[in-house]
Amino acid sequence: MSRDVALDALRAEQVTIPQGHAFSRIPWIGGLIGTLGLVVSLVLRAGDSKQFAFSWLVAFLFFLSLALGALFFVLIHFATQAGWGIVVRRLAENTMGTLPLFALLFVPVTLGMGELFPWIHEIAVGNDHVLNGKAPYLNTPFFVGRAVAYFACWTAIAMYYVRRSRVQDGTRNEAISLSLRRFSGPAIIVLALTQSFAAIDWIMSLDPHWYSTIFGVYWFAGSFVSFFAFLTLMVLLLRRAGLMGNAVGSEHFHDLGKLLFAFTVFWAYIGFSQYFLIWYGNIPEETIFFRDRLVGSWRSVSLLLGAGHFVIPFFFFMPRTIKRHPALLAVGASWLLLMHGVDLYWLVMPSLHPEGVALGSLDIATFLAVGGFFVAVVSWLMLGSPLVPVGDPRLSESLSFENF
Amino acid sequence: MPTYGALAEFKTPADLYVACERVRDAGYTRWDAHSPFPVHGLDGAMGIRRSKLPWIVLVLALGGAATGFALQTWVHMSAYPLTISGKPFFAWPAFVPITFELGVLGGALGAVFGMFGLNQLPRHNHPLFESARFARFSDDAFFISIEAADPKFDSNQTTRLLAGVGASHVELVEDPA
Repeated sequence: MSRDVALDALRAEQVTIPQGHAFSRIPWIGGLIGTLGLVVSLVLRAGDSKQFAFSWLVAFLFFLSLALGALFFVLIHFATQAGWGIVVRRLAENTMGTLPLFALLFVPVTLGMGELFPWIHEIAVGNDHVLNGKAPYLNTPFFVGRAVAYFACWTAIAMYYVRRSRVQDGTRNEAISLSLRRFSGPAIIVLALTQSFAAIDWIMSLDPHWYSTIFGVYWFAGSFVSFFAFLTLMVLLLRRAGLMGNAVGSEHFHDLGKLLFAFTVFWAYIGFSQYFLIWYGNIPEETIFFRDRLVGSWRSVSLLLGAGHFVIPFFFFMPRTIKRHPALLAVGASWLLLMHGVDLYWLVMPSLHPEGVALGSLDIATFLAVGGFFVAVVSWLMLGSPLVPVGDPRLSESLSFENF
Repeated sequence: MPTYGALAEFKTPADLYVACERVRDAGYTRWDAHSPFPVHGLDGAMGIRRSKLPWIVLVLALGGAATGFALQTWVHMSAYPLTISGKPFFAWPAFVPITFELGVLGGALGAVFGMFGLNQLPRHNHPLFESARFARFSDDAFFISIEAADPKFDSNQTTRLLAGVGASHVELVEDPA
């Protein structure tokens, strides 16, 4: 047979980054970029603290969505006993291992609450009947308390899976797989609820009168598709650098491409459902969200999202050839990551710049700050264990996986 | 009765796999392999090209979607131009669900009936069922059949080739039709 792989074909040394490899500099480079970005952001903050708060929020949400997408992927992987993706699971674990970092990166959001969330002032004044009704949910102590609870849940689940999976590298204990699987169902429920409420708190309440019951799903759809884009890029780059041994091949790329395609469609399905019901219902406090995004240059961004986050990737990822072609797959994945950034910018920024798109130096500086620290932690975690869960009892199934 | 083709039996999937590579390399085009379960990589060993089915599905899905959109545009703009809940006649977002559904319907029908068509199904019988041994193709035996209609087919040479690539039993099957 063409790709017959013996049971112990993959040794830990083949997929471990060797000491002194150029890769071990990446955590330092990431940390340096993050620190520089943070310093520049704080300097610029003196001039425009409101812009800082909004820019930081977009950057924070962008990288957080990758980590949450990774957490969901790992959980669903165990819940469904997926075989194909075991070779890429460790990379997802390293991505979700950044979740404790985001608790720290959330501090500027908490400090900038007064600038981000208009409900704080309007409820204090007490003139707004609708917001007074929402006050039991939208108030500072409860808001901060919820954020603490979200990060506690995410960190606890993520670190438990990261640790147990690494323990299995050495012991090859099958019981670990079984216990992680048993725990995955309840953990998915916790994750689904916490990330939906987080999206409501951190994005939807920027415009506190507006509400959309599908919003949590919209956030999840964007988060999941951008995580797959990030995972694909990680796999392709590490393989190119020769660090993944022969663990991943075109069969795995093909599956990653299929998931990118599927969740691009899912994002569009949810995004259109949200637009469609609001357009059809035509109730002012609901339509205001899209009205804000269909005026000035925001209209072009809305059209760009429809074309760039759905139509173009839909046809691009459709052919099998592209899903199995590393370079083309990398192009598509990078494009989707870019579009996810546009999506988050489009969700958050019209609250600050209703007149139109206003990209500035703070957007770049905060993106480099959060992104630098994110990359530093992901790459640092990669140095700490083999890049493939070599102790997984079903690893051989993943290594010899083939699409029919 | 005319000869349908040659049928060779193999003991293991590995024998079948190697034999398929040899038959492929010998240049035969109208032949098939039969196994009780899918054998990984057999399509490559047989030199099977990619199916045309995805193209049928794509064309029918896009055609279905275009039909759905055109139908609604025609109904709302010229056949029955009614004002519904204050929306314009050409209310394209309202057309999307049916456009989507007809696209899915077209794609699904294309996949099912395209598959039937490409496999030449349904059919009531197949000449290979004339062979008593062939019944075990769905149980524990592996077969290669080469049709007499293949331009390279020659009853002596083809049976010799099959015997030479590891077949445990080779026979000629007649076409009752």
